[in-house]
Amino acid sequence: MRVLAAMSGGVDSAVAAARAVDAGHDVVGVHLALSRDPARERTGARGCCTIEDARDARRAADRLAIPFYVWDLADRFEQEVVEDFIGEYAAGRTPNPCVRCNERIKFSALLDKALALDFDAVCTGHYARLVPGDDPGGTPELHRAVDAAKDQSYVLAVLPPERLRHALFPLGDTSKDVVRAEAEARGLQVARKPDSHDICFIADGDTAGWLARRLGPQPGVIEDDEGRPVGEHQGAYAFTVGQRRGLRLGVPAPDGRPRYVLDVRPVTNTVVVGPREALSVDRLVGERPVWCGPAPEPGDAVGVQVRAHGEEVGAEVTTVDAGRLEVELHRPVSGVAAGQTLVLYRGTRVLGSATLSR
Amino acid sequence: MLPEAVAAMVDELGRVGNASSLHTSGRRARRVVEEAREALAAAVDAGPSEVIFTGGGTEADNLAVKGLFWARQADRPRRRIIVSAVEHHAVLDPVEWLAAEEAADVHWLGVDARGRVRVDELRAALAEDPDDVALVSVMWANNEVGTVQPVADVVEAAHRHGVPVHSDAVQAFGSLPVSFARSGVDCLTVSAHKIGGPTGTGALVVRRGLDLVPVLHGGGQERGARSGTLDAPSVRAFAVAADVVTRFQAEAAARTARLRDDAVDAVLAVVPDAVLRGDPDPAGRLPGNAHFTFPGCEGDSLLYLLDARGVECSTGSACQAGVPQPSHVLLAMGVGPGEARGALRFSFGYTSTPADVDALATAIGPSVARARRAGLAAARH
Repeated sequence: MRVLAAMSGGVDSAVAAARAVDAGHDVVGVHLALSRDPARERTGARGCCTIEDARDARRAADRLAIPFYVWDLADRFEQEVVEDFIGEYAAGRTPNPCVRCNERIKFSALLDKALALDFDAVCTGHYARLVPGDDPGGTPELHRAVDAAKDQSYVLAVLPPERLRHALFPLGDTSKDVVRAEAEARGLQVARKPDSHDICFIADGDTAGWLARRLGPQPGVIEDDEGRPVGEHQGAYAFTVGQRRGLRLGVPAPDGRPRYVLDVRPVTNTVVVGPREALSVDRLVGERPVWCGPAPEPGDAVGVQVRAHGEEVGAEVTTVDAGRLEVELHRPVSGVAAGQTLVLYRGTRVLGSATLSR
Repeated sequence: MLPEAVAAMVDELGRVGNASSLHTSGRRARRVVEEAREALAAAVDAGPSEVIFTGGGTEADNLAVKGLFWARQADRPRRRIIVSAVEHHAVLDPVEWLAAEEAADVHWLGVDARGRVRVDELRAALAEDPDDVALVSVMWANNEVGTVQPVADVVEAAHRHGVPVHSDAVQAFGSLPVSFARSGVDCLTVSAHKIGGPTGTGALVVRRGLDLVPVLHGGGQERGARSGTLDAPSVRAFAVAADVVTRFQAEAAARTARLRDDAVDAVLAVVPDAVLRGDPDPAGRLPGNAHFTFPGCEGDSLLYLLDARGVECSTGSACQAGVPQPSHVLLAMGVGPGEARGALRFSFGYTSTPADVDALATAIGPSVARARRAGLAAARH
C-alpha cells in the first residue's frame, strides 16, 4: 500500500511510521503545520505544533529513509477545531478538540488530500486497533488498544467505516514502554521525548486564560441551585460542569461542603453551583451520532465512556435514530457536561459516538 | 561543486597556515588568499582591493545593507532606504531590521508584472528628498522568477543624486556577464555555492573609497570590514569556480537556456493553462530559470508528486517549520495569493541534461492532473 504517515514529532507517530515501513508499505511522512504562529520550542507537555516538533518529525523521517514534507493545514485547523472549540465554550459546552481534529483534520482534510494524491491509507500513532470484520468486505472494526492506560479509541470514535477503511494504527497491540524501547532500538531521537498532554494549541495549559483572551471578559453571576447569588465570574465560558476549583465563591455553602459547577447558562451568562450529588445523572442524551460500524438497537447492552480517560459504565440503549441517541446507565455518573463525546463500546469494540446535549 | 573547485579545496585543506600569521606557512596561506582575491576580482571585473571575502551571500548582503546604512549616517542623518520589493530575504530582512531597530524609513520599490523594478518610481522616490537617502538596493537578477533587473538605469538614477547602490548578484554571477566596473554599482554580492564553489563562502565587492561600518568586529581582516580568519581552502575553491564559470559563461548560458526553453515548451504543451512567470522574453531572464504557476494546484502537492517521479523542483520559500509560503516576489508582481500557492520553479545548470527535460515533460501532466484533484478535494469542505 501507499501510506501517508502523519508525523507529529512525537515518539508514537515515529514508531508507527517505522512499523508501516517494516510492513512493506511505500511510506511518505507528512508533518501537519497546524498553528498559524508556531512557537520555536516545545514547552511543558505540549507535544506538537512547534518548529522543534517539525524538526523532530523530519529527523525521524530521515532515520526511516522516507520522503518527508510539511503540509500547511493551519487555516483548516483554525476553522474546524479552534473556532469550534471557542464556539462550544461560548455556548456553555465542553468540547474535545482531539475528537474534532481526528474527525475534521486527520481523517478528513488530510485523508481526502492523501487519497486524491493516490495514497491508500493514513497512518497515525494512535493507540487503537483495527480488526478485519467478518462481513464479505472485511470492513475494519475499531477496538480498544491492548494498553488500557494509553487507549485512544475514544478520540477515534467519530470515524465511520469508509474512513476506518483508510486508517492504519500500528501501535494498537503494543504498550507505550515497548514503543519507547523500540524507538530507542531504532535510533530515533524522540525515544525519550515526554508524552504530550492537554490541548496542543494552548501552550501553557491555561484553558480559562486562553479563552478569556479570545472571548474577552464577560462578568456575570454565580448562583446556587436555588437561584441565590453566591459569587461573580469574568466569563461563564471559563467554567465546565463538574468543576470544583477556582470558583472563588463569596458565600459559603450552608452545610460547608464543597460546591461544584452544575450548569453553565450562556444566555443569561450565569454559572450554577451546588452539591456533588446534584451532578449525578443516570441517563445520557447525545445528538448527531456517528457509527463506526452497524448502529446499535434499542435494548442493546453497551458500555459508555464520556471522557478520554474516563471509566466505562454499563448501559442500555433506549433510543437511537439519525439525530439522537439515549442510554440508561446501570449506575449514575457524575460531572457530565454538554459537548463532551459519548462513546459506546461492546466489549473492546467501539460502536460509535454522539455529542452530549444538555 | 565543480571538479576543479573540489580539487583545489581538497589540496588546500591538507595544508597548514593562517593567512594573518607572519611566519612562513602564514605567508604561504596569505599568498593563496591573495591570488584567490585577484582571480575573483578578474572574474567580476573589479580591483583585488575591492574584494571582501565573507561567509556567504547572506553575510555579504547584511554587510552591504547595514554597513552602508550605518556609514551613511556619519556626516548627517540619512534615514531612507529604497529597495526593491522582490529582493532575497538576505536583503529584505536586514532592511526590515533597520526599519524596526534603527528607525530607517523604507521605500519598497514596486515591480511590473514581469518582476522588473519600476525605474520611474525610483526616480520619483529619489527626487522626494535625495539628501535623506542612505542607499538603494536592487538585485541583478531575481532568484525566484529569474527576471533581470535594469541595474544600469538604477545606477544612473541613484548616482544623479550621489546615492550609493548595492546589487545582490548571487543568482546572476556565473549565469550572466557581470562586470562590477562597467555596472557602476557601489557594492555587489556574490556567492560561491551558486557557481559550483563551496557553501559558506561569498564576497562583497566594494568600490574603492566607499565606507562600510563592519557587522563582524574582531581581528580587522579584510580592510577592517570583515573580521575573522580567512578560509584559504574555500576562497581558493571559490576563485577557481569563478574563473571556470566566467570563461565558459557564454556557451554555458546558451546551453542552459536551450534546455530551459525546451522545458518551458514541454510544460506549456502538456499543461496549456500553466502560466510562465517572469519575463516572457528569454533574454530578460536568467538562462537556467523557468517559473510557473499551475492554476488549481497546491505547490506542496506538486512538489511531492514530481519528487516521487524523480523531478526535483522548488516551491520558492518555506517558513521555519517547512511550510511553503506564498512568494513575496509573486505577490509584488500582482499575482493573487491563491495563484501564488501553485508556484513552482525549475532550475537548470551545468549538470542538467536533455534527459532531465524529458523526465519533466513526462511527469508534469499526470502530476498536475493529480494535484488538481487534491486541490478540489481540499476545496470541497
